[in-house]
Amino acid sequence: MAIKTEPITINMGPQHPSTHGVFRLRVTFDGEVVVDVEPVFGYLHRGTEKLAEERTYVQIVTLTDRLDYTASMSNNLAYVRSVEKLGGIEVPERAQYLRVICAELQRIASHFVSIGFMLQELGAFGTPLMYCFRERERILDLFEMLCGARITLSYMRPGGLIQDAPEDFWPALGILMESMPEYIDDLEGLVTSNEIVLARTRDVGIISPELAVNGSVTGPMLRASGVQWDLRKANPYEVYDRLEFDVPIGYQGDTYDRYLVRVQEMRESVRIIEQCIKQIPGGAIQSEAPFFVRPPVGDVYDAIEAPKGELGFYLVSDGGISPYRCKIRAPSFINLTVLRDMLVGWKLADLVVIFGSTDVVLGEVDR
Amino acid sequence: MSFDQLYDLLDRFVPESIDWMVFTVTALILSLAVINAMVLCTALYTWFERRMLGRFQSRIGPNRWGPFGLLQPIADVIKLLVKEDVIPVVADRAVFTLAPVVLLVPALMVFIVIPFGEQSFLGKLNVGVLFILGVTGVNTLAIIMGGWASRNKYALFGAMRGAAMLISYEVPMALSLIGVIILAGSISLVDIVSSQGIFYILVQPLAFLVFMAAASAEMSRAPFDMIESESELGAGYHTEYSGIKYAIFQLAEFMAPLVTAAVATVVFLGGTKGIDPIPGQVWFLLKAFSVVFVLLWVRATWPRLRVDQIMGFAWKGLFPLSVINFFVVAVELFVLQEPDGTITNQSMMIMTGINWVVMVVSIVLIATVLGQGKLQHKLPPQPSSLANMAASEGD
Amino acid sequence: MYGLGMVRGMGVTFKNLVLPSRQFAVQYPNRKISLFELAKENDTDVVSFAINNPVQAIKALAGFVEVPVRLPQHSRFRGEEFTWYEQRCTGCASCAKFCPLGIIKIVTDTSGKYEQDGGKYDIEVFDIDIGRCMFCGLCVQACPYDALHMGSGFEEGVYRRDDLVIDVERLKAAPKKPSTWYRPQIESQNFDPQSDDMREYLDVGRHERPSQDQQVDRWAKR
Repeated sequence: MAIKTEPITINMGPQHPSTHGVFRLRVTFDGEVVVDVEPVFGYLHRGTEKLAEERTYVQIVTLTDRLDYTASMSNNLAYVRSVEKLGGIEVPERAQYLRVICAELQRIASHFVSIGFMLQELGAFGTPLMYCFRERERILDLFEMLCGARITLSYMRPGGLIQDAPEDFWPALGILMESMPEYIDDLEGLVTSNEIVLARTRDVGIISPELAVNGSVTGPMLRASGVQWDLRKANPYEVYDRLEFDVPIGYQGDTYDRYLVRVQEMRESVRIIEQCIKQIPGGAIQSEAPFFVRPPVGDVYDAIEAPKGELGFYLVSDGGISPYRCKIRAPSFINLTVLRDMLVGWKLADLVVIFGSTDVVLGEVDR
Repeated sequence: MSFDQLYDLLDRFVPESIDWMVFTVTALILSLAVINAMVLCTALYTWFERRMLGRFQSRIGPNRWGPFGLLQPIADVIKLLVKEDVIPVVADRAVFTLAPVVLLVPALMVFIVIPFGEQSFLGKLNVGVLFILGVTGVNTLAIIMGGWASRNKYALFGAMRGAAMLISYEVPMALSLIGVIILAGSISLVDIVSSQGIFYILVQPLAFLVFMAAASAEMSRAPFDMIESESELGAGYHTEYSGIKYAIFQLAEFMAPLVTAAVATVVFLGGTKGIDPIPGQVWFLLKAFSVVFVLLWVRATWPRLRVDQIMGFAWKGLFPLSVINFFVVAVELFVLQEPDGTITNQSMMIMTGINWVVMVVSIVLIATVLGQGKLQHKLPPQPSSLANMAASEGD
Repeated sequence: MYGLGMVRGMGVTFKNLVLPSRQFAVQYPNRKISLFELAKENDTDVVSFAINNPVQAIKALAGFVEVPVRLPQHSRFRGEEFTWYEQRCTGCASCAKFCPLGIIKIVTDTSGKYEQDGGKYDIEVFDIDIGRCMFCGLCVQACPYDALHMGSGFEEGVYRRDDLVIDVERLKAAPKKPSTWYRPQIESQNFDPQSDDMREYLDVGRHERPSQDQQVDRWAKR
């Protein structure tokens, strides 16, 4: 005999320990089981796209820092690539290598944050999170060497980089890349074979490959579903075509696979950076691009593989010093399309873990 | 100093007619001493726990107040006392106010029967194990009271989870203690200590594991801390509490590991037994400390289980394990005991050997049956045909 | 499997507990020091230090002696205490124009009464509202004469928003310790804004004053 029960609705967020930033979920539960989810966002809306219309092309770089604040370098890269494509600006080879190094360092840092918070939501009392932040801190130290800031970097400019790396950057990078596999091993030893993690994340929150492709999911979430799609390979930008790396994929697209894909991507990033250190040529890091870029009239879309997925900038130029329109394709926002399909039918405890494994950053979702 | 000694001491100075008064005064003095000692211990323990967790997480932990941050608990208490004591308008005031007390009292009452020396500290209770099991069962009530009276959905979630979980874990906890009871032949904690020729953690490792798992569920600590899982429910059943009530909740919560450590020390680690020149009380503290450390270590390492998995673990995992232990010990006792019903140390050695084998076999068996073996993938993942990077590279 | 993975995790946490190389936290803004360290700082051994300064020694044993700590920073750190060289500034307001937030306010005296002295404008107002500043450094990048530099401070909490506006007097009085961000000529001198002395305006120039033709060429390219 089924007991007659009444569903209860809970507002998870905007202030809730498990929602990254100010995300709000209106969840209807039947007991512990989720029957309906309605995401509500916009609490962090800052009008980035509109602000971009009245800033010059260089000034917009500072806005992109604040989109996905755990991966500022990748945002900078995606934006300056769009501007370069729009204005036909050449980039010196050394700058391209340095950009790849920065983007991959940022990928490692961002994945550390993502994994750490997912485990925090699994209930590990802060230990994996503190370890992840400890390793991320070493990467932020490198960023401080490069450009004097740790989070809001503003390192890249249309036509290259603001400044060459200092002399002490290269030995520090070498040491970090030598010890980084050990740090990742530590994290894996804590998590990968832990039975509680396996029991909590295996077969939970599955996205089928069809659903992932239909929902325009990109990044590690897509690859965890077994779809081998990476813009670094599929549409090589900068110098990725000269570098050797694999694109890790998952088994079936559950929460555990999303974790595993991220860990493997960090290892691949270390590989890429080590190749870059060997291959990087000397020379200039900034082409003769003027400070006020005046691209010809036209529009352009260019995307890179950011840590969260495909990050694209659509820029329309009217020939002036600022874009007529700047549309941002934010991976975090579009990855949330499948949120409802992932969550319904799982329990409250799974909800926070699945949501954590999607790795959204609200600065990017609300823009 | 035990209750009797103090009673005798005071009894000399007063006439016969007001013996009841002496009794009351003695009880009051002793309970005041014990309660204060326990609160102080708990305060020290919160410092220790935070400091150790900090080290585990490569942080430093509280270090600002006093040497090594030792005065941090006092600062915390002062902060909580001067905070506004908020009671929600829609809350059930009486139940809301009573809940912290109901949670604190059982934790304190357990210490009545813990033998810190040759005999019990406060009272000579010959049913110590039953008393502990009965008294610790009350905290279910406190959690439901707190969660229900708050009129908060998160608190209600926590309370309902707590009701299900705490009642379930009473069963394996009691069953794991039965193995010890039949071996010791008594349910008095003093007798259990004195009967341990070999510590029962060695004789009955399975019972120890089950007891520790069930006990950490009873006090809702990692990996069974789903009552107040902060990533899901905010703070669970005490979401709406603040000020002094919150402080009492935290006090009860941090006292629970101490209680568990004391009980585990008495039942499984031989209580005050040790090598002679060092007094028994020191041994007791050392053993309790090591139990607390292991609990802390587990808390620092493991994530949390889900609600259905916790229930499944109790009924499918711990329940059979404790029954196996109980059964094996009973059979061994039947075969090995002397004609007068006692057990020699040699027989205990034999039991130890058998029980360790039984533990490994039964854990592997239960783990396989529960399907943990299916969780590992053998094949490499296959790329889906929906996207083909190799084709697009040729463009 | 069978719980071994969980035991392995406990091994990892224990490793992090005991290995000193895994300890990462820095005590900030001040750090408690032990008696040994205190004696070492005073160049004596523990015993003689304890005899000479019993009060200090007891305090150190109880953990009440603190020394301030500065966090390690790279010389490129972009922070507060903007270093502004009045002698180099021409009042061109490039920085104000390039600032994404428009928080730099410059008013120059155009009466011409100061023009005899090197042909410069006199700068009357140079306000930087660091309450809204995001330290992107575009103003520093924009400055054609290396007059404005980032600083290296970050402990700039005040109680009023008005106090966050840096006016020209405060800029003149600020210690001239420029950050080496976007200033390779200072970086090549191995300058560290945290420990080194102040830099005078003659030392921080990137290049000589451009010739007339160069200036025309430069403006044409913009």
